Amino acid sequence: MNKKSLLRGMAAVTTLLALALAGPAPASEDPIRIGAFVSATGPASFLGDPELKTLEMYVERINEAGGVLGRPLQLIHYDDGGSASEARNFANRLLRRDRVDVLIGGSTTGTTMAAVPLAERARTPMISMAGALTIVEPVRPWVFKTPQSDRMAAERVLSDMQARGITRIGLISGTDGFGRSGREQTLEVVEQFGIQVVADQTYGPQDTDMTSQLTRIRNTEGVEAVFNFGFGQGPAIVTRNYAHLGIDLPLYQSHGVASDRFLDLAGPAAEGVRLPASALLVPDALPDDDPQKPVVQGYKEAYEERWNTSVSTFGGYAYDALHLAVHAIEQAGSTDPAAIREALESIQDFVGVTGVFNMTPEDHNGLEPESFRLLEVRDGRWALID
Amino acid sequence: MFAEFLQYLFAGVTTGAIYALVALGFTLVYNASHVINFAQGEFIMIGGMATLAFMAMGLPMPLAIAMAILLAAVLGALLHRLAIATARQADVVTLIIITIGAAIFLRGIAQVIWGKEYHALPSFSERASIEVMGAVMYTQSLWVLGIATVLVLVLALFFKRTLLGKAILATCMNKQAARLMGVRIQFVVMLAFTLAAILGAVAGAVAAPITLTSYDIGIMLGLKGFVAAAIGGLGSGVGAVVGGLLLGIAEAMTAGYISSDYKDAVAFLLILVILLFMPRGLFGSRVAERV
Repeated sequence: MNKKSLLRGMAAVTTLLALALAGPAPASEDPIRIGAFVSATGPASFLGDPELKTLEMYVERINEAGGVLGRPLQLIHYDDGGSASEARNFANRLLRRDRVDVLIGGSTTGTTMAAVPLAERARTPMISMAGALTIVEPVRPWVFKTPQSDRMAAERVLSDMQARGITRIGLISGTDGFGRSGREQTLEVVEQFGIQVVADQTYGPQDTDMTSQLTRIRNTEGVEAVFNFGFGQGPAIVTRNYAHLGIDLPLYQSHGVASDRFLDLAGPAAEGVRLPASALLVPDALPDDDPQKPVVQGYKEAYEERWNTSVSTFGGYAYDALHLAVHAIEQAGSTDPAAIREALESIQDFVGVTGVFNMTPEDHNGLEPESFRLLEVRDGRWALID
Repeated sequence: MFAEFLQYLFAGVTTGAIYALVALGFTLVYNASHVINFAQGEFIMIGGMATLAFMAMGLPMPLAIAMAILLAAVLGALLHRLAIATARQADVVTLIIITIGAAIFLRGIAQVIWGKEYHALPSFSERASIEVMGAVMYTQSLWVLGIATVLVLVLALFFKRTLLGKAILATCMNKQAARLMGVRIQFVVMLAFTLAAILGAVAGAVAAPITLTSYDIGIMLGLKGFVAAAIGGLGSGVGAVVGGLLLGIAEAMTAGYISSDYKDAVAFLLILVILLFMPRGLFGSRVAERV
């Protein structure tokens, strides 16, 4: 074997290897690039973790089913760890280097707002999975979001209190971003419902005992109900302490704990607790003619089978973000950013996990407060009340 | 009025007793090596999370706790063998930084194995709470307090009465002299790390029914435990317990009578004041610094 044929042989082997490593080449088309920055680790991992899992799972599923417009989806994702500056870096990288067609993220209001100016400047559609109203109000042409705003959660709870004839409440909230935003929104709208906040307490996100705060609320004259705005383990501890102190006023939680984990953590103490949540928690209790029923059931089953952990409301935000993007790309018939944006803005009657979306140029969220279902814990399970 | 005060006191004792248990672990390692073991919080996490994992495998709770303590002991010994012993020539500050690294490592591993979710352990006693003069107390708090008391006594006896305990103290006071007297320094320090890991795991398992537990519970409990140890005077078992209770009660009273927003601020103010007037903490040794 002379030197030349040896070289040729090596070249052939290298080519074969390269082909083998590249795997089966997808349809000759370029992939559609979906860029995501989520808080998969860090203090907001309870949001980002299910979101990323959902995105990964559905990008796989959509590709197995033939992709979008005959092209596969490619998910490029980064973990910002809940930090706004990291989110800004990653959004920048997604927009400039990875040149994504649609941007999904961030998980929190802080990370979202850090990336908003970049998406606006790059003229790329961005779908956020964070709660605060400021993301879509005032409306920014390129920015959309899937969750209901915190204010809607507060309104849903307050209107139920109003219906029960409650006029004086105690508020207890976490000092993290979610709790603070929820507290502010609640204080802003509370008067519209003829309700007065007579006690206003807070707790740190890592606190392990809230009996002092709850004792103070209980000892405040005339309190008729207690509303806890927070997420993570805090509300579960509040619920346990509440039962432990034997306070028999109605206790309301926010959508921040709308997951089956809350039932596990709070145990029997959760009996009678009411909260606003997406239909995801009670797929089987929904009436058969509810358009969300099949979507929600399908998502819950697929998620729990794939990841072997209970589904949470927050993963649903990612489901909606991805499917809204896919739907808009299909409607637009191309990945031209302006066309996708137009299509997103004109989405009507799109049934998602969080609710039914009706986008308009003035409303880049497209959900009604009614998309929150009011649930009560009965016999250790979620029950739908109307 | 009194019932209200009592309720705040109980809340403070509940969290304070947990801080105290954590502080004891810091004390132990400090006594043997002058190292502040910032991985102590992680052993608390391991105590709670491993107990849960073993219970999920079908073990009854007492056995699961025993297994969790065993696991923590092995990890504590490994922490010393793999991270501390290999850097034995380094000075104390370097060793402290190593423990911070070890803490991050352990937390990361726990996150991968056990996930990021919070979990609850059932209360040890059938009855979850008791009423005393109009205020309610968790029975679990009594468990925490009782176990903390027993551990303080056992540790005091260990240091005063046993040869091993004295060897640990001797190592702390003067490494060279202790080695000349035939104390195997590395063994003694490893023993201290192992015992501290065991203490941490006990604390984690006992506290989990109150605090809930997750892969990152060690950050906050570790920090508060360290603060409690510093208030009480590093190295003193009684100081650790008093410091923990003081910190817990200060937090609860502030949340109850002033504002929950200032809870942590008051706790840190307390530390500043105490350390300003008593730099060695409430029960710190009065030995003059060697020059």
